[in-house]
Amino acid sequence: MSRLATMFADLQQENKAALIPFITAGDPSLTVTVDLMHTLVASGADAIELGMPFSDPMADGPSIQRASERALARGVKLRMVLEWVREFRRSNQHTPVILMGYLNPLEAMGMATFAELAAEAGVDAVIIVDLTPEEARHESALLKARGIDPVFLLAPTSGAARVQTVKALGSGFVYYVSLRGTTGAAQSNWEEVLGRVRDLRQELAMPVAIGFGIRDAETVARVAQGADAVVVGSALVEILADCTDDQAALLAASNFLQDLAAATVKNRSAS
Amino acid sequence: MDNYTFPDASGHYGPYGGRFVAETLIPALDELNQAYQEAQSDPEFRAELHSELRQFVGRPNPLYHAERISRMLGGAQIYLKREDLNHTGAHKINNAVGQALLARRMGKKRIIAETGAGQHGVATATVATRYGMECLVYMGEEDIQRQSSNVFRMRLLGAEVAAVTSGTRTLKDALNEALRDWVTHVDNTFYVIGTVAGPHPYPAMVRDFHRVIGDEARAQCLELTGRLPDVCIACVGGGSNAIGLFYPFINDQSVRLIGVEAGGLGLSTGQHAAPLTTGRPGVLHGNRTYLMEDEDGQILPTHSISAGLDYPGVGPEHAYLKDIGRAEYVAATDQEALQAFHQLCRTEGIIPALETSHALAHAFALAPTMRSDQTIIVNLSGRGDKDIHTVAALEGIHL
Repeated sequence: MSRLATMFADLQQENKAALIPFITAGDPSLTVTVDLMHTLVASGADAIELGMPFSDPMADGPSIQRASERALARGVKLRMVLEWVREFRRSNQHTPVILMGYLNPLEAMGMATFAELAAEAGVDAVIIVDLTPEEARHESALLKARGIDPVFLLAPTSGAARVQTVKALGSGFVYYVSLRGTTGAAQSNWEEVLGRVRDLRQELAMPVAIGFGIRDAETVARVAQGADAVVVGSALVEILADCTDDQAALLAASNFLQDLAAATVKNRSAS
Repeated sequence: MDNYTFPDASGHYGPYGGRFVAETLIPALDELNQAYQEAQSDPEFRAELHSELRQFVGRPNPLYHAERISRMLGGAQIYLKREDLNHTGAHKINNAVGQALLARRMGKKRIIAETGAGQHGVATATVATRYGMECLVYMGEEDIQRQSSNVFRMRLLGAEVAAVTSGTRTLKDALNEALRDWVTHVDNTFYVIGTVAGPHPYPAMVRDFHRVIGDEARAQCLELTGRLPDVCIACVGGGSNAIGLFYPFINDQSVRLIGVEAGGLGLSTGQHAAPLTTGRPGVLHGNRTYLMEDEDGQILPTHSISAGLDYPGVGPEHAYLKDIGRAEYVAATDQEALQAFHQLCRTEGIIPALETSHALAHAFALAPTMRSDQTIIVNLSGRGDKDIHTVAALEGIHL
């Protein structure tokens, strides 16, 4: 069983949703990323979503855009991101690592090479924001051949036919974008989101993570009732951006995450 | 090539084009594609578009025989397709009118656009007012500074202009920001993309709204010279004016099609905006095409004297036409464009846009190598009034 499948199975036993923090690789510094991953795990993260910086992150809001710009300015490259995952894996064999990014840098490396290196490094899943399932047949197969789950996104606007396409091409889990907007925007109607995700979990027969617009423990608690996983990105990235050194970043991340980790238990009635 | 039918049903031009966007936008693109297909086959829509192009834009515009400069250069006869005489001063209005009529048909009350030089922004602001719609234009902060008169024009026309401060603060970042806006307001908003890039169906739709340029030029050339032109030349940023001119000639094997990219400070300096000449295929802004990118796949900053060509990508159809050898792509430097700008001002009494001046530069270089019974059509895609501050500043003159 894959690390991701094991994680979802274990959490189901514990009646909890997975907490997946997102950080941008190389932000707030080049030296902190691996330590930050370990700290997040120690503070309650069930999996780590690691952003691969891109110059034109069109699906991201200002916080993650700026983090990408800062990381690129520091010289972050895709090979460095993979190297950080490899380093993380030396002392952590169980926490899934999900890479998130845009297609062009992966194509520049070559998708086959990327899949090979990512698998060797210990990457479990990859989300390519601008790679829609229609265009992904080849890429999806390359990733799967290396044991990496290609994770696709579904949105409030996605119709029934697209759900089936994603079901056929994706694996691991499906990332449900909670809102019409970019990362970091505010979602107000969680009832609607949870209702939609309840249906999707049936249709997909795959775990569903909810992301976009989740900024605090209260929202995590609410979203955890209907989702298999909760992704928290911009709020954490913003906190890290304000840290002046690595120690401060690790402490801030730990404090922020511990709060959220306590909120992922599902009510018996809702599960 | 005698039966060119691209794009295919999924929006591909060979390996190029397609749809590479956030999932949220896919249904909106499907809706747009369907509405566009229906509109295209609706005689009422076509009649309205035709009437607007006549009455509001001022089409057809002339194919003007630039006799003086042709004689001076001593070679091929140069004909200028006068898109600069359209309302708002450039070809951009053809597409803006088309998309705004489509937006109205789809019941969208709010339209957004990105702009580089500001010509597309002005055109979109114009049609938004004309059809009573709310309009927001995204423009890079750097472009806002170098095209301030167009910013003021957009505001005069009632549009809101939003400064984009992310990335390189130019056209590519304005496009990112417009895509982010669209993703956020997808239910009530129509995104009027200004060039033949973006996800399917934009490249095909924008081309179709601009093909009137080539359709008119082809008929006018036959009428004026009794034969097809030997060469068609247009500048290429995203490539909308070029594809508008080229498309109706694609099946005419004898007609050479030449796109001129921005060579900036020179191709060897890296300070340019010539992805077809120097770049490689990749994915940006919703489509696969030639890009200016570094070895890690990060998009490179571009440079051109003309804001409208200052873009690291290019329409996917141009990428395909290059690969199959149906069109050729070359570059003209800032200096060559400036020289052509002055040359046209002083010989023909026409002030061309700096974008257009790149096409002129190549035409002026090519004409003397051709016979005087041969014909070159240059798409005079826009007028240069917006650029006089840039040109004056280069000459140390403060207006």
